[in-house]
Amino acid sequence: MANLAVRAQGLTKWFGEGDAKTFAVRDASFEAHFGELLYIVGPSGSGKTTLLSMISGILRPNSGNVMIEDKDIWSLSDDEIADFRLNRIGFVFQDYHLFPRLTTVENVAIPLILKKMDWNESLKVALGYLEIVGLEERAQLPPVKLSGGEQQRVAIARAIASHPDILIFDEPTASLDGDTGRKIVEFVKKDILNEKRCIIIVTHDIRIFEFADRIMNMEDGKITGVEKREP
Amino acid sequence: MTGILKIALKLLVNDKSKFSALLVGITFAVFLMVMMTSMFSGILTRASATVLNIGAKVWVMDPAVNNVASSIPMPDYVLDAVRSINGVKYAVPLYSGGALVKLRSGSYQFVTVMGLDDSTLFGRPELLAGKIEDIFAENAFVVVQDAEFAKLENPIIGTEFEINDHRGVVVGLAKVNTSGLFGVPTLYTTFSRAITYIPSTRFTAAYILIEPKGSGDLSYIKRQVQKLGYEALTKDEFIQKISNFYKYNTGLGINVLLMTIISFIVGLSISGQTFYTFILENLEKFGALKAIGAKGRELITMILFQATFTALTAYGLGVGLATTLIVVARLRLPDYAAQITYGNLGLAFVMVLIIAGVSSYIGIRKVIRIEPFDIFRS
Repeated sequence: MANLAVRAQGLTKWFGEGDAKTFAVRDASFEAHFGELLYIVGPSGSGKTTLLSMISGILRPNSGNVMIEDKDIWSLSDDEIADFRLNRIGFVFQDYHLFPRLTTVENVAIPLILKKMDWNESLKVALGYLEIVGLEERAQLPPVKLSGGEQQRVAIARAIASHPDILIFDEPTASLDGDTGRKIVEFVKKDILNEKRCIIIVTHDIRIFEFADRIMNMEDGKITGVEKREP
Repeated sequence: MTGILKIALKLLVNDKSKFSALLVGITFAVFLMVMMTSMFSGILTRASATVLNIGAKVWVMDPAVNNVASSIPMPDYVLDAVRSINGVKYAVPLYSGGALVKLRSGSYQFVTVMGLDDSTLFGRPELLAGKIEDIFAENAFVVVQDAEFAKLENPIIGTEFEINDHRGVVVGLAKVNTSGLFGVPTLYTTFSRAITYIPSTRFTAAYILIEPKGSGDLSYIKRQVQKLGYEALTKDEFIQKISNFYKYNTGLGINVLLMTIISFIVGLSISGQTFYTFILENLEKFGALKAIGAKGRELITMILFQATFTALTAYGLGVGLATTLIVVARLRLPDYAAQITYGNLGLAFVMVLIIAGVSSYIGIRKVIRIEPFDIFRS
């Protein structure tokens, strides 16, 4: 399929050995496409975050593969995987993980700096991304001076700053009130998602389900079903 | 500076409380290390003041002499024997001893008396006032105008004093490169007057000063002097011998070493602990950087840079503080024996690098072990 972003095949991950061996994900296979907002939902401990980590090049599976552009990312070396994450994946963490000692614009510039862009140039580009999320006025403030919703948008600006084609959101509304959470996801769907980008969101916040193109359910480490949502 | 190092710098210096604690800890350690070693260095230099001020290339002495103040007089024939060694351009005796001076006020002051060879006045100091030939006048003495000068009630040319029931007259004021260790004023006179005025043992020459014809003659001269039962040392060897005496035979070296080690441990503990806390507090952020795409070696570079930057800044502050204290102390105590040498600075620098290395090693171990997956799980 031309617009295939990620194909996961038979992903399995366990932790511990012997009697302590616990399966976090069992034989998970799915596809995600460009232009799609895919939700991974399920109760706590169902393996959502583990699955997300394996497809984003953060956690090595015990078996299975993750194909991106016909290449298994887990066949890459550590440095190549780091480059893959830097160039292809954008992360929005649940707690944002912004650097409180840096200004907002410097936080957004981090992926660009990691890509060896000149410091001043990277700040200029980062300011452009802050404009996209409507926070250019807050550029010189430290993140702690921003509200939760604003910090979430800074995290989004940082995630898209390196032009990734796969965006990963981990519980994006967990730290936000209902209204702000909805607005954030609505903004992501309207302004961040495009035909060349795939967004995968792990959540169990039913208030934002209406924005999903597909919802993939997980339980006890297994994918129990995929529901296609009509626009 | 690359962007990643700028980020590291901002993370460090913008955390003002941690950065201040790190700076204070290492600065204090550097200050203590530099002060202790500088004082020791100053003491060693002062202990060799006579050798430095007289300036002779080769010194002949009894092998049992271990520092310049405890000379063992040699019989006159040694001087003749030394003068007859091939390769000796000239050799002169030097008297070095102590005496009690009665000042005009009636008070007494212990002094060091240097008796220079009558014919050559070899080793004479540079005069600030008076004429050197006046040293041959009756009862003549030249006074060194150093930090101890005031103890002689600031004499001028013509000032009289009493030395062992003899009249003494100041005929010149001189300056020397280094003051002595024991805080005692120094008088220069001729060898013959020194042994006349000051009670002496049967033998009178404390040292024989040699000027060799060439540097190639040195080993031969040494061998010949050794055959006489005495020891010939170059200026540097004599200074080293004196240093060794104070380092290893007085307890001074061990005490300074202990203080330096304690300073090092204090600095290491404070900076290691603070840096570790700093890394722990930023651990999740380092994990996030890893998740975003930072490579392990980039994170190591960041930590090494942070530790090195802190250590070098604190090193500069510590050295500056020690220098300021020594300068201020010298304003109040002119004979304050502390001397910052390249050796002191080098030692403190190496110690600081070790502190930075150990501190960053602790941080690097934690950062390398953090898995980006932990960031998701948290």
